[in-house]
Amino acid sequence: MIRTTPFHPRLSELNSQGLYTHWQGFLSPLRYTTAPKHEYFAVRNSVGVFDTSPLFKYRISGPDAEQLLAGLLVRDIRSCRPGRALYTLWCDDRGFVMEDGVVFRHSANDFLLTAARPNLGWLDSHRGRLRVELEDVSDDYGIVAIQGPRSRTVLSALSPETDGLGYFQHTQAKVGSTAVTLSRTGYTGDLGYELTVPADEAVAVLDAVLEAGRDHGIRPFGEEALMMLRIEAGLPLIDVDWTNSRTAWTDAQRVTPTELGMGWMLRGIDDDTRPFLGRQAIRRELAEGSSRWATVGIVVDWQHWDRLHRDAGLLPSKSEHPPPYEQMLYDAEGAPAGFVTSFLYSPVLQRHVGLARVTPALAETGTELRMEVVVNHRNTTVDVRTAPLPFFNPARKTAKP
Amino acid sequence: MSAPQYDAIVVGGGHNGLTNAAYLAKAGLRTLVLERRHLVGGAAITEELLPGFSFTTFSYALSLLRPEIIQELDLVRHGFLPLMMPSSFHPTGDGDYLLMGDDHAQNVQEVRRHSPRDADAYDRYHHDLDRVVQAVRPLLDNAPPDVFSTDPEDRVDVDWLVKHLSGVERRVMHDVVRLLTGSAADWLEDYFVHEGVKGYHASSSVIGSKVGPMSPGSGLVLLFHKMGEHDGHLGSWAFHKGGNGGFTQVLARAAEAFGAEIRLEAPVTAVLTEGERAVGVALEDGTELRAPIVVSALDPRRTFLELVDPRGLPGELVDSVERMKFRGVSAKVNFALDGLPVFPALPDTVEHYGGFLNIGPTIEYVERAFDAAKYGWYSDRPYIDAAIQSVVDPDMAPPGKHVMSCFVQYAPYELRGSDWESERERFGDRAQAVLEEHFPGFGELVLHREVVTPVDIEQHTGLTEGNIFAGEFLAPQMYFFRPAPGWSRYATPIQGYYQCGSGTHPGGCVIGSPGRLASRRVLNDVAAGRVGAHSTGTASS
Ligand SMILES: Cc1cc2nc3c(=O)[nH]c(=O)nc-3n(C[C@H](O)[C@H](O)[C@H](O)COP(=O)(O)OP(=O)(O)OC[C@H]3O[C@@H](n4cnc5c(N)ncnc54)[C@H](O)[C@@H]3O)c2cc1C
Repeated sequence: MIRTTPFHPRLSELNSQGLYTHWQGFLSPLRYTTAPKHEYFAVRNSVGVFDTSPLFKYRISGPDAEQLLAGLLVRDIRSCRPGRALYTLWCDDRGFVMEDGVVFRHSANDFLLTAARPNLGWLDSHRGRLRVELEDVSDDYGIVAIQGPRSRTVLSALSPETDGLGYFQHTQAKVGSTAVTLSRTGYTGDLGYELTVPADEAVAVLDAVLEAGRDHGIRPFGEEALMMLRIEAGLPLIDVDWTNSRTAWTDAQRVTPTELGMGWMLRGIDDDTRPFLGRQAIRRELAEGSSRWATVGIVVDWQHWDRLHRDAGLLPSKSEHPPPYEQMLYDAEGAPAGFVTSFLYSPVLQRHVGLARVTPALAETGTELRMEVVVNHRNTTVDVRTAPLPFFNPARKTAKP
Repeated sequence: MSAPQYDAIVVGGGHNGLTNAAYLAKAGLRTLVLERRHLVGGAAITEELLPGFSFTTFSYALSLLRPEIIQELDLVRHGFLPLMMPSSFHPTGDGDYLLMGDDHAQNVQEVRRHSPRDADAYDRYHHDLDRVVQAVRPLLDNAPPDVFSTDPEDRVDVDWLVKHLSGVERRVMHDVVRLLTGSAADWLEDYFVHEGVKGYHASSSVIGSKVGPMSPGSGLVLLFHKMGEHDGHLGSWAFHKGGNGGFTQVLARAAEAFGAEIRLEAPVTAVLTEGERAVGVALEDGTELRAPIVVSALDPRRTFLELVDPRGLPGELVDSVERMKFRGVSAKVNFALDGLPVFPALPDTVEHYGGFLNIGPTIEYVERAFDAAKYGWYSDRPYIDAAIQSVVDPDMAPPGKHVMSCFVQYAPYELRGSDWESERERFGDRAQAVLEEHFPGFGELVLHREVVTPVDIEQHTGLTEGNIFAGEFLAPQMYFFRPAPGWSRYATPIQGYYQCGSGTHPGGCVIGSPGRLASRRVLNDVAAGRVGAHSTGTASS
């Protein structure tokens, strides 16, 4: 049976479209109003609210909790002080990416890990004799993201702690009488926060947020707007931009952290005091330079795009949500060069942009490639260039408070 | 005289002057922008008249801006942020309304609610109009070919035009001509029967022009306002973050980032010439600045009749410019509001305030508003294109408060038997009374009211007779003929002197093409050695 999130009673009232998708067994709005781009603009211009409760949440505690996580996560949890959070990947023993998530460190021995897929069994299987408690607390909490340039103003009216919070910091705070975890995290590439809230008080907290945001143009946003935001922010999505190594059928479907554009997470990999899962394979990959791919942005030459369509007698299509399909990339000679994993028409950049995987030799910014498109039921190609990620990266996202 | 300090001087810091300067600077020219006022932007400015309340004094919405400018000038890096309008709202005058959004099928249902007969017409209408736009659009992105020239270089462009036009389907070409020459009312009557539905679609057919929707020529105005491809969606409109002044600030930052220098409070009185060449400009305070390239971003009257001595120009050109019609008929009445107005049929939502509020219920209503203008007076019940920008952009007003921009017609530049200083507030009252009709209680919300008359427009921007497009959108004043036959390719009879204002092709609106296309002309001439760029000599297009 399809489930609903703790915020659903209120958010469903605000949804004028009745359009939902399913997210890990929960009803999740595609959009709340007639077009996702206005929800997108709320985040880039004022403030938007996104219900991210379907994420799985695991409490990991006990004297050896840090040790367990240090051995599993790609980023070094030992460097994460209480009150901070890390966005990290985890890999299999062959150094292929399984999943990503955010780990919040509440104290020396107490962590909360969010994940897109169930992970309790996997965590448990690596526990061995470590003194660690593992608990699936997914249903105990709702998480609501409050994102956009006005998010700080709105939340600080409710919780003064907001003002002092740096990027990827979190703290215990109150919204009304409800104790919440307030974190400066999100998936939009903008200034933003998330509130992790006890499920039975979720609606009251949401109401307080909506009320505080009323005069700031606050509005909820759905998955379609989120896709636009996260692609501009260069943030990959599991099962869209990569396949979980655990469920992939072939190595061609798998990626390493480097191949996924997350090489920056590997800082400190030569530190032998932290043998995390996949480390040996990843070190080999780095030493041998054997990465098969690099992840880059691509930007479509819009004039060529328009010409292709116009010459075919068509109106150039510029939907923010082109049909999902994996477009192939070719180099100037027409040889295969890679593929596009996410694609959209960015309303701010006013260009088609995408996340792509290309052979490392072609990763340099500005490399001219061609992307497969279908025009009038025929395959052709449009000129694109590789670009650095993220496409959109406002200073306010990480600015010190 | 001293050696040139600059390669190029751009006179006027409106959006076209800034665009032009940015391209010239990007190509390596030492470029100076001279702006008369204390701020750049010209007709596209935002002013904080009351603490916390940002008024778009003149222009207020964005659509036609050519996408290549965003990319070529790297505007996103400098803060470009167009906020697409989620809705447009059209009270039908009987207490009901049309509320249109982005979902085509829901719009069809909204039309059907009023007129089942018009529901499928809505589809046909938009498809036909899109095809016309497709056919005409390439003309916007290229300088008009000089059909009068015998130069082989010009022939290439003429051939391109002929080839393009011959590729347009017969039926579409007929629609193009119907729109370019006919009235919006005739065109719309071919599709719709419901007066409110027709009124909604006629709304953009009279903007800035001394025409009513029943006048021939209003079709052209309607079409022009559909030419935007903002966000890739034909005819869609946005508010720029911080108003249109927010946009010109972005442009100024981009121009400066490419190395252009912007000097404020520097009114130019004359373009200096030696023989047949431009050599610089003189400022009001007597300063003379030298440059081999001078670009006027002002309107044709000022470019040809004020900045230079018209006696030195070909008589035919001077005649054309003198004959050019300006005849501004538009005014603004801007409000600071204590809260949102209430439309009685939609008491509990703000959805209808996301974009344009179009107060001109039927074609007849707007045509009657036009009547007065023919005889030198303003409308008793004017047509209003309103927008409460603070609904979409909270930075425009303090929390809970709002700013409302009202573009009001008709307000003829020349009043018979009175003047605008005497009529200013009475005219403001007329506009406010119309708002009161549709939003009862409106008056109690008003914290501040600003009335901007056509004379104010002229005085503050330099747009002759307050014409918002720097020359009316009439067929004989467009394309090859803008601003004058034979002078539609951004040059002037004076070597080194160029024009890039809205009086050149394709015309007014916040569009940027005049500035961009003129820069291409300048840079081509530099590359060909026809004019000198002294400092670098490396400029290329
Ligand atoms: C009331 C109003 C509403 C409008 N609404 C819209 C709208 O919503 N959307 C839209 O797209 N378009 C709109 N328009 C049209 C659009 O704003 C104009 O067509 C466009 O901004 C003109 O730009 P420009 O750069 O060509 O000229 P301008 O913006 O007129 O710039 C000319 C500049 O030159 C300066 N100047 C003048 N004389 C001198 C001198 N001697 N020396 C130095 N500097 C000088 C002026 O101060 C000014 O800054 C509107 C116009 C008006 C007036």
